[in-house]
Amino acid sequence: MDEKDLELLRILENNSRLSAEEIATMTILTPAEVEVRIHALEDAGVIRKYTTVINWEMAGNGEVASIIELKVNPERDFGYDRIAERLSRFRQVKTLRLMTGTYDLQLLVTGKNMQEVSRFVSEHVAPMDRIRETATHIIMKSYKENGNVLFEQQEAERLPYSF
Amino acid sequence: MRNFISERANGIPPSGIRKFFDLALTIEDVISLGVGEPDFRTPWNICESSIYSIEQGVTSYTPNKGLPALRETLSIYLKQHYNLPYNSDDEIIITSGVSEALDIAIRAIVDPGDEVLIAQPSYVSYAPCVTLAGGQPVPVECTEADSFKLNPDRLQEKITKKTKALMINFPNNPTGAVMNRKDLEAIADVIIDNDLLLITDEVYAELTYEGSHVAAGTVSDLWQRTITLNGFSKAYAMTGWRVGYLCAPKELCEAALKIHQYVMLCAPVMGQIGALEAVRSAEEDKNTMVNEYRLRRNMFVSGLNRIGLPTHVPPGAFYAFPSVKGTGLSDTEFAERLLKEQRVAVVPGSVFGAGGDYHLRCAYAVSRKQLTEALGRMETFLNGL
Repeated sequence: MDEKDLELLRILENNSRLSAEEIATMTILTPAEVEVRIHALEDAGVIRKYTTVINWEMAGNGEVASIIELKVNPERDFGYDRIAERLSRFRQVKTLRLMTGTYDLQLLVTGKNMQEVSRFVSEHVAPMDRIRETATHIIMKSYKENGNVLFEQQEAERLPYSF
Repeated sequence: MRNFISERANGIPPSGIRKFFDLALTIEDVISLGVGEPDFRTPWNICESSIYSIEQGVTSYTPNKGLPALRETLSIYLKQHYNLPYNSDDEIIITSGVSEALDIAIRAIVDPGDEVLIAQPSYVSYAPCVTLAGGQPVPVECTEADSFKLNPDRLQEKITKKTKALMINFPNNPTGAVMNRKDLEAIADVIIDNDLLLITDEVYAELTYEGSHVAAGTVSDLWQRTITLNGFSKAYAMTGWRVGYLCAPKELCEAALKIHQYVMLCAPVMGQIGALEAVRSAEEDKNTMVNEYRLRRNMFVSGLNRIGLPTHVPPGAFYAFPSVKGTGLSDTEFAERLLKEQRVAVVPGSVFGAGGDYHLRCAYAVSRKQLTEALGRMETFLNGL
């Protein structure tokens, strides 16, 4: 991993649809070098996946998302890992993190509607061994996701010429 | 009625760029590469601290030199980042942009008849500021063959008994040229041998893409005869805030302060609060912007060379300075026709003085998408010549 790799990662994180040719002109590499480096980063698991930031609310799919906080009794020898890995397997769990503070695990769960989310929590998550407590918070509106603002912003006006 | 306009005001030539400005405003769908300012918004933490301070009623004058907290923070910043030692009490003045810093620096040192050497191509206000102070601006050309650096021999040639000071600006607007330590040492010898003062405008210091910026005040024994100018506009996307600063040894700083206190009193307090936040906690935002400029530079400069406009790779600032010599058009003709025929606005290099003719200043502080579109339009234009 060198400075060029970091530069490639920053470019791809912002827009993974750029072609190797486009990235090459920005980084002073050849397109072939760009491809080799990107493949190496994929193979090493540094690049996990290419994805898209979508404003689902605007797309009108009506999905419900909620943040679920879990208090968990850690296991001897394994801590939180085994239960976290078990929870990660659920398709409904989009993000899972171990937190400091008043609770332990934080889940981002999505579903078609409220019923689906609450059924998932009450049937699959809450009854799981070692989970002491759950708190479910419905996301009302998303203003920013992964560094991307989801609301309209006014373009700032600039003079056509300045020195 | 008498003609009330002073000879000094009359002595300043009208801006050559005005007609482009007016023309560009009448054309729809122009991509402007003519803008010498970042296309980013000011980082929000900077805006927020300024807004909060207004809500708290912080709306009064500040000390002439500027808020003590800002001067102290800057003093530490300059030492840490550039190894520039300036005392916050009596060697730093916060100004209304580098423009004001430039004006008071020149007025503090120039007497009528004094010659001030200006490394050109240069920012458009240097020569008029010298004229307004009663001095005589003398251009020293930085040539493309020297990668637009200031050559010590060319500098020596222009020195007369009347020469008092030299003005430089690296990283340079409009060429993007940078002087490394060795380059600066070479001109330091000439400056010291001829007992000149150096005014160095380093407003693009943070926008250095290869290696790190060398402050002229840290080279040889230049510090005691150097006035360093810098500001927040370019690095932190704060052009409209109008905050800059002047740093110089105590005696020089005091002279500049006398002028500053009468013409400006102090820089706007809300701007100073924003600047304080910028130095304290906008390093990450600044780095993100600088990284983006670097990518755009690489992409845009390789594009210019590909379409047939030879362009040296600028190691600093956010300007590309392609040559149009091969097209048979002058820079002004090229810029005017490019604007009318392909709706791309660039600045003719001759606006920036000696060494600028047959070049264009293209600011790449616009989105990559716009740069790609501009390159396409420029290619179409070139193919139609």
